[in-house]
Amino acid sequence: MAWAAFGVLAVLLIALPFLVEAGLGRTWVRILDFAMLYVMLALGLNIVVGFAGLLDLGYVAFYAVGAYFYAILASPQFGLHLPFWALLPMGAGIACFFGVLLGTPTLRLRGDYLAIVTLGFGEIIRIFLNNLNAPVNVTNGPQGINMIDPVRIGGHALTRPIEILGVQLSGPHAHYYLFLGLTLFVIFAAIRLQHSRIGRAWAAIREDEVAAEAMGIHTRNVKLLAFAMGATFGGLGGGLFAAFQGFVSPESFTLMESIMILCMVVLGGMGHIPGVILGAVLLTMLPEALRYVGPLQQELIGRVAVDPADLRMLLFGVALVLVMLFRPQGLWPSPMRARELRPDNPDQVRQEQESLYDAER
Amino acid sequence: MDVLLQQLINGLILGSLYALVALGYTMVYGILELINFAHGEIVMVGAMVSVSVLAALTAAGVPVALALPLALAAAVVVCVVTGVLVERVAYRPLRNAPRLAPLITAIGVSIVLQNLAMIFWGRQYLSFPPVIEVQVYDVLGATVSNVQILIFVVAALTMGGLLLLVNRTRLGRAMRATAQNREVAGLMGVDVNRVIAATFIVGSALAAVAGLLIASYYGIAHYNMGFILGLKAFSAAVLGGIGNIPGALLGGLLLGVIESLGAGYIGDLTGGFLGSHYQDIFAFLILILVLTFRPSGLLGERVADRA
Amino acid sequence: MTSKLLITLVLGAASWSMPAWLTAAETIEIGCVAPLTGPQAHLGKDIENGARLAVDTINASTPTIGGQPVQFVLLVEDDQADPKTATVVAQKLVDEGVKGVVGHLNSGASIPASRIYAENGVPQVSPASTAVAYTNQGFDTTYRLMANDSQQGKALGQYATRLGKRVVVVDDRTAYGQGLIDEVVKSVEASGGKVVGREYTTDKSTDFTAILTSLKSKRPDVVVFGGMDPQAAPMVRQMRTLGMKTPFMGGDGMQSAEFIKLAGPAAQGAIGSSPGLPLEQMPGGADFTKRFGERFGKVQIYAPFSHDSAVVLIQAMLRAGSAEPKQYLPELAKTQLDGVIGPIAFDAKGDLRDGPVTLYQVKSGQWQPVETIGGPAAK
Repeated sequence: MAWAAFGVLAVLLIALPFLVEAGLGRTWVRILDFAMLYVMLALGLNIVVGFAGLLDLGYVAFYAVGAYFYAILASPQFGLHLPFWALLPMGAGIACFFGVLLGTPTLRLRGDYLAIVTLGFGEIIRIFLNNLNAPVNVTNGPQGINMIDPVRIGGHALTRPIEILGVQLSGPHAHYYLFLGLTLFVIFAAIRLQHSRIGRAWAAIREDEVAAEAMGIHTRNVKLLAFAMGATFGGLGGGLFAAFQGFVSPESFTLMESIMILCMVVLGGMGHIPGVILGAVLLTMLPEALRYVGPLQQELIGRVAVDPADLRMLLFGVALVLVMLFRPQGLWPSPMRARELRPDNPDQVRQEQESLYDAER
Repeated sequence: MDVLLQQLINGLILGSLYALVALGYTMVYGILELINFAHGEIVMVGAMVSVSVLAALTAAGVPVALALPLALAAAVVVCVVTGVLVERVAYRPLRNAPRLAPLITAIGVSIVLQNLAMIFWGRQYLSFPPVIEVQVYDVLGATVSNVQILIFVVAALTMGGLLLLVNRTRLGRAMRATAQNREVAGLMGVDVNRVIAATFIVGSALAAVAGLLIASYYGIAHYNMGFILGLKAFSAAVLGGIGNIPGALLGGLLLGVIESLGAGYIGDLTGGFLGSHYQDIFAFLILILVLTFRPSGLLGERVADRA
Repeated sequence: MTSKLLITLVLGAASWSMPAWLTAAETIEIGCVAPLTGPQAHLGKDIENGARLAVDTINASTPTIGGQPVQFVLLVEDDQADPKTATVVAQKLVDEGVKGVVGHLNSGASIPASRIYAENGVPQVSPASTAVAYTNQGFDTTYRLMANDSQQGKALGQYATRLGKRVVVVDDRTAYGQGLIDEVVKSVEASGGKVVGREYTTDKSTDFTAILTSLKSKRPDVVVFGGMDPQAAPMVRQMRTLGMKTPFMGGDGMQSAEFIKLAGPAAQGAIGSSPGLPLEQMPGGADFTKRFGERFGKVQIYAPFSHDSAVVLIQAMLRAGSAEPKQYLPELAKTQLDGVIGPIAFDAKGDLRDGPVTLYQVKSGQWQPVETIGGPAAK
């Protein structure tokens, strides 16, 4: 049975871009590509926020590091055109290094301090990217880096259409399969991490750091590992973004991007991998769906009262507040976390709150 | 020499604005241990309301001497209502939730306020009506304007008033008690919810004053003016010692001066390697360094707990 | 909520696929992209309307290609001024088989989109993007009808040195501001002036007292700012408060009515440049204003440029006797025609040859044209 279900899922995933193209047009294949990219990013952030319970508001910094690393070494910027497959893991590694660099001094800090420090770090990285065009032109400053090499597989640039077994594959289609493969890898890695000793240590720290430490968990190292893993996935996503888009500039790595990825994690369900995937896919589609809000208003009330483009961030904010107030476990929570956050038994709540209170004081 | 003096004046004016905003962060943090991310947006609301009201009143021919206090009053009312509403809706239900929860809602509230303001006032910058004739005075080769002096005086008076409130009144004592230990204060007969609401009221009223001053000084108001301002003010509060009111004052003034001198001299100091493009980095660097190495800040007695 | 969304999605999809079966043999589709929602929606609409006027006018003259009567159809898309969305809609237009594209507005959108057009061989004429990088990518499908930032920076620099030799510059660290100021610096030095100070700010700052104070100590003859009006206005106010009476100049980012409104009395005497001729001085300006006004109302900025972009594309097809990009692209490169905006010809990169730049000055609360630098008329 399970194998049959897997088979159906596999066929569906392989056929998806063609179905989407037939139904909605190729544009949606490109949107699907972005959705995959955000799934990877959201899963990376989920390790930090969902698994280990550390609020990272500067996650986009690692994404930016990955993207710029690839952009600088595979573009006319320095005339270097190193191969994608070598740069991608290296970019992820550099992002990981930055994660450790930031994490080492700051992970001792309490949750909310950590959040604000990571936010500051994200801004600092962006400011440097924006200004490192002088005295030595490293990042090309606000102009960004253009003409970045596309992904090549066996000498074939993935942006060019190709025919495989009689099937015409366009650029977005080919990227879809590449991203799908990597997303599956990231999902696999995230699941393995969650169910490993480290994953359980993260959960223990998230629930009660003092108790975790008492149980012999080296909290600082374990937290640092969460940070490093999250950063690695961010760097991976960055490299893919740069190669896919062909152009990076500091504008793409603002605080709002960090908050959007956070929103995906929170909305979907912190710590629950299927939930996070759902959150990422939903929020990537949201701007596209909002395109219909304008005509819809026109039809319903005869004029466009609120510009749909203005609604996007508002909805993000509202979603963050509502989810935290009414459904902190997210849209698709993990069964266990749901029980913790929304127990049916009020006695249990009181008991847990009291024990939490004791630990905090 | 006049350049240095001028940069100090620039820094002190900017710093007193930071200090006014930092007070709001520090008061809430002192009592709730919550980074009220939305405070910067309350300042923005104060600026937007005061500019719109002032513009409407002066256009209707109301004399400035009357229009200015009315605009301030309107801003205070709207800010206080917004602040209290935010506390009621977004923070109070989560007071006993895990720490991350109120922080995430705070970010959410901040985004919501920003975007509501954008929809309500539009994306255009509002311009502050030219009701105050700018006079420029020469001081030892540097210049000071009457608006700058006004800002400095108003900021000083407001902070003096706040110190009196906190140290000399019953409400202030209740606030200090709640900040020290919420549960025990409750047991001693302090109505904790009312004290927290009062904190938000005072903080939001200060934000309204700050909003009006900022709008009048720079001549413009905009829906996204609050976030970065809020972050910098928060950094100032951290620098001075978060939860500590004189600390917010000191931190604000210091940050203003550091930014001013930094932007003015960083190019010469680093031989042109770094320039004023890095002006915005100082606040974040201070934030990271202080939180990492001296979380209690310059004046903080409270040893911030580390996890 | 979710089901409603789904319905709108499905309905939307149905309406998208419609043109595919409506396309008869004799209609030729031309894409038009600009931000139609968000803060620049009015400018995007301006672009759409200008192109629409051109297409309708040409259609009314019963054009033929290779002896066959044809009609042109404008497919309009919204890129929300966002680089990522720009690539999505570019892909959409390519998939729908457009033969050419008028757009985008923002350089940040035009540049990533141009790669998709180039890969699919679809010619793109931007009526508004001015970043130098846009035509510098080596694509043979990339054109524009507006003087670029290099041409504008050159004009600003030349004018600045006429006001005084000691020039200081400020840029806002955006692609636009930095690109413009880099060109101003080059031009100032080339015209015998000297850049004695360069400072930086951001597109969100309001306090410029620190950088202005250090610029003041350089005793400049003129200040040139690369950035937008919300920064330019408080900057010029703070200059006056600091006792700097130096002339203040900037590019098209501050040459707006908004600047005058926000800066108040401090705006007086400020100088701003804008690519192209003033509408009333364009060869076809009066006629265009009238025709456009009858259908769409007031011209914002870009309508004459998007009008001519569409004309340039269609004329190349007509001359080549084919709407296939491969066939008409060489004709597009050889374009020589008199448009609304003046004589149009492209250089090897696809930039408008001798794009004119006009300088305006605030006099009694209004921008008034002072001088046009460059342009074929200057020769």
